[in-house]
Amino acid sequence: MTGIPTLSFLVLFPLVAGIIALFLSANGARWLALLTTLISLALGIALWAAYDPNGAQWQFVEHYGIGGGIAWAMGIDGIALMLIMLTLFLMPICIGASWRAIEKRVPEYMAAFLLMQSLMIGVFCAQDLLLFYIFFEGGLIPMYLIIGIWGGAERIKASYKFFLYTLAGSVLMLIAMLAMIFTSGTSSIPDLMAYDFAPSLQWWLWLAFFASFAVKMPMWPVHTWLPDAHVQAPTAGSVILAGVLLKMGGYGFIRFSLPMFPEASAQFVPFVFVLSGIAVVVTSLIALVQHDMKKLIAYSSVAHMAFVTFGLFAFNRQGIEGALIVMLSHGLVSGALFLCVGVIYDRLHTREIARYGGLSDNMPMYALLFMLFTMASVGLPGTSGFVGEFLSLVGTYEVSSWAAIVATTGIILGAAYMLYLYWRICYGTQRNADAAAMKDLSVRELWLLAPIAAGVLWMGVYPESFLRPMRADVGRLLERVERAKPQGDAHFTAGKPAPTQAHSTTEAH
Amino acid sequence: MNFAAILPEIILTVGALVLMMVAAFLGRRASALCSWSAVALLLGATVALIGEPQNAGALFGGLIAADGFGAFGKLVVYLSAAVAIIMAQSWFERDFEHAAEYPVLILLAVVGMSVMVSATNLMSLYVGLELNSLASYVLAAYRRTDERSAEAGLKYFVLGSLASGILLYGISLLYGFTGTTQFEGVAAAFARDGATSVGLLFGLVFTLAGMAFKISAVPFHMWTPDVYEGAPTPVTAFFASAPKVAAVLLVVRLSLDALGPAIDGWRQIMTFAALASIFLGAIAAYGQNNIKRLLAYSSINNVGFALIGLVAGGVAGASSVLFYMTVYVVMTLGAFLCVQRMKSEAGEPVEGIDSLAGLSQTRPGLAAAFAIFMFSLAGIPPLFGFWPKLMVFNAAVAEGLYPLAVAGIIGTVIGAFYYLKIIKAMYMDAPGEPYAKSGSGLETAFIALAAIAVSPLGYLLIGPLGHLTNNAAGSLF
Repeated sequence: MTGIPTLSFLVLFPLVAGIIALFLSANGARWLALLTTLISLALGIALWAAYDPNGAQWQFVEHYGIGGGIAWAMGIDGIALMLIMLTLFLMPICIGASWRAIEKRVPEYMAAFLLMQSLMIGVFCAQDLLLFYIFFEGGLIPMYLIIGIWGGAERIKASYKFFLYTLAGSVLMLIAMLAMIFTSGTSSIPDLMAYDFAPSLQWWLWLAFFASFAVKMPMWPVHTWLPDAHVQAPTAGSVILAGVLLKMGGYGFIRFSLPMFPEASAQFVPFVFVLSGIAVVVTSLIALVQHDMKKLIAYSSVAHMAFVTFGLFAFNRQGIEGALIVMLSHGLVSGALFLCVGVIYDRLHTREIARYGGLSDNMPMYALLFMLFTMASVGLPGTSGFVGEFLSLVGTYEVSSWAAIVATTGIILGAAYMLYLYWRICYGTQRNADAAAMKDLSVRELWLLAPIAAGVLWMGVYPESFLRPMRADVGRLLERVERAKPQGDAHFTAGKPAPTQAHSTTEAH
Repeated sequence: MNFAAILPEIILTVGALVLMMVAAFLGRRASALCSWSAVALLLGATVALIGEPQNAGALFGGLIAADGFGAFGKLVVYLSAAVAIIMAQSWFERDFEHAAEYPVLILLAVVGMSVMVSATNLMSLYVGLELNSLASYVLAAYRRTDERSAEAGLKYFVLGSLASGILLYGISLLYGFTGTTQFEGVAAAFARDGATSVGLLFGLVFTLAGMAFKISAVPFHMWTPDVYEGAPTPVTAFFASAPKVAAVLLVVRLSLDALGPAIDGWRQIMTFAALASIFLGAIAAYGQNNIKRLLAYSSINNVGFALIGLVAGGVAGASSVLFYMTVYVVMTLGAFLCVQRMKSEAGEPVEGIDSLAGLSQTRPGLAAAFAIFMFSLAGIPPLFGFWPKLMVFNAAVAEGLYPLAVAGIIGTVIGAFYYLKIIKAMYMDAPGEPYAKSGSGLETAFIALAAIAVSPLGYLLIGPLGHLTNNAAGSLF
């Protein structure tokens, strides 16, 4: 549009900064990383401002051929824009969260995070199928290192599990991509979104893509890598994992599965709903009995992500918009919750819930913010969680009332485990002297949590700001899947007119 | 007689013979001279590859052919052999054995490989292969005072002879049933009689079995780990690069040219060999603690992927094999250059994977390069090692061989595990005993160059390299 390759810059700038960071001192690397992420964020805001919600579907398009069937093709629509904003918003917070918590091998750590940022932005910008795959898979390397080097006691196992699990899920997608390119003769994502594959082929392609996105999402029963990865990862790693990496699964469904294979998607709706329904109930119940704070939030992530799949496969506007808002909201809220855990973990070095208690006495500020994020996770009206979950449930109800009923139990169970967590940590009596002696939030920590709190409230009160750039794209998606839309069990039917009253008939005569 | 077309071979042969005399008369003093002369000869031969004579077609009554395919193979072979010679200099520095014969043997092996990649006749195929093999047996046993090296040489020789015997038996059957040793004639016979002739079928099976040994494809891979472990590191690096490329190219030409009409006959054999190599290479590497053994299994695994491209056949398949082998050579030479840096303070080579512990803290540059090679060999994007794997799978998918592609790609996940093991040792374990600072600046430059080539920057090479491999593969058909 402007002729300046903004998206390429957003992808390459952190990469270059990351390489430079390797050669700096610990403090130099910290400042460089912070500056880089802040500049990227500023650029992202400029991108949002320049994005025209009523304009072309793909904006800021760039295309450079490399040869051999792959091109450096970039471009974003509203959905990608919002996810890029989420990434750029969380990155400086991650760097800030690691400011004191990471003391060993800081330059490498910051380089890994900047590389991660570069790859994540790349995933959302890529307009070439193979380029997308490269960014999508490339993210494994820095995350593997982040978990494996700076993680907790069981970090090695968790890092292997993360890497191999997600790799195993993704490789079949590559074969499906090659089959798509071979069948359609193009690797351009916008072209493929308009290409009609034969329904029999769609079926296989959908399954291959599903394997990848379901693991990434993660959906039950392939979610088991997530609790391990979250528990072992350093705080900032968990934030980025929950905040952005999980969104790649949902993004994949929106970008690939639904528009490219609408018939197959419709065919698999019951399958997806059953898995999501189990996820909501089972992982919520598991979350209820956790003793480890991070594990609890990790399981809650799986349950929340099920709302995304419910909404997406509802094939209607409410459902898809709801799913998108759940994705954005969960990115903020679960990120913030992991930060909250990080705050007290940094002080006491344990994630055991029973070691805390009564923190509202000595850490009132912390308790207040933690309360806000707990409520947002529960889905209290006025917070971002409510908007997304409500829309997603409305959409689901139109397709299957049973699915909606099961999904709604997730909200109740969600309230149960989150409030139970909050109660055990912030209320009650102070059992442990060391926990009672902890200081309230430092200025740095406040600066990390406050922006997210503002974002959560903004999205809860005025979601229109976030929905507006995506509206046209959701409309296009709906147009595309309209022909395959499954028959729902809830319909608006015009009621029969009431029988004319008895006395009126007599009057006629 | 078109001698211009075999100018590279002439340069190498005459050079090797002269250097042999120099080595015999000057002894140890000549080692540096011989090495640099050999490198110069290889570079000279590479330059001689440029030009019209290299597309002269059939030469010497169809014994060999000068075409794009052969020229491409020679290019890769010459350059990787030059690197293997340069690597060896610092390795043999501290040895009491003198190193002057080493470059001569490499040159002779390279001449053999030149014949291999351009052979269009079963006899020249065998002669080239044997010239290469004989030089290789001696190279494997080059540190003759070292028991493991001697064992490697002997093992290689005995098993290699067996494989040569099998190959010869296959060739004799093919000759007996077709009446010709020319690739074209064999192809014509297959086209006429098809794979219904039992004699032809046996000839095909035995020939390919003998070839499978040379490219160390399962089930003829047993020698690889032992030989790779026992041979001196620069020799192992050489084995894993140049002869492997030459042998794979030979198999490609043989399969697509001489056995082209019998593709249904050998496709199942190659499918089995490809998948078995991928899975065995990946699974057997699991328990290894010796880095050279592990890289041996890695090479078995990689040959499996290259064979997927061959199974796909056609220009796209052959081109993907060439591309795969080129990138593989860069990765594997880089990895072995790193392995060569693994030396204790006393200067003794260390080969345990445990000893890599914490390398990222003691030698960050070396660790980063090694990690790049490992991730690249595993085929994880965004590293460039991903692209050749994608190409062979693409060729398979284009032929509709979905089960093969799916099985192969599942193999990459299993294989990723042991590459991660090395990365874990380097990046996540506490530092152990540091390695001695060693190695020449030139080797460091090679490591850096290889690392850059397989880094994401390598994607810029897709265009030019793809053009070269497409041309080379096109000349086969």
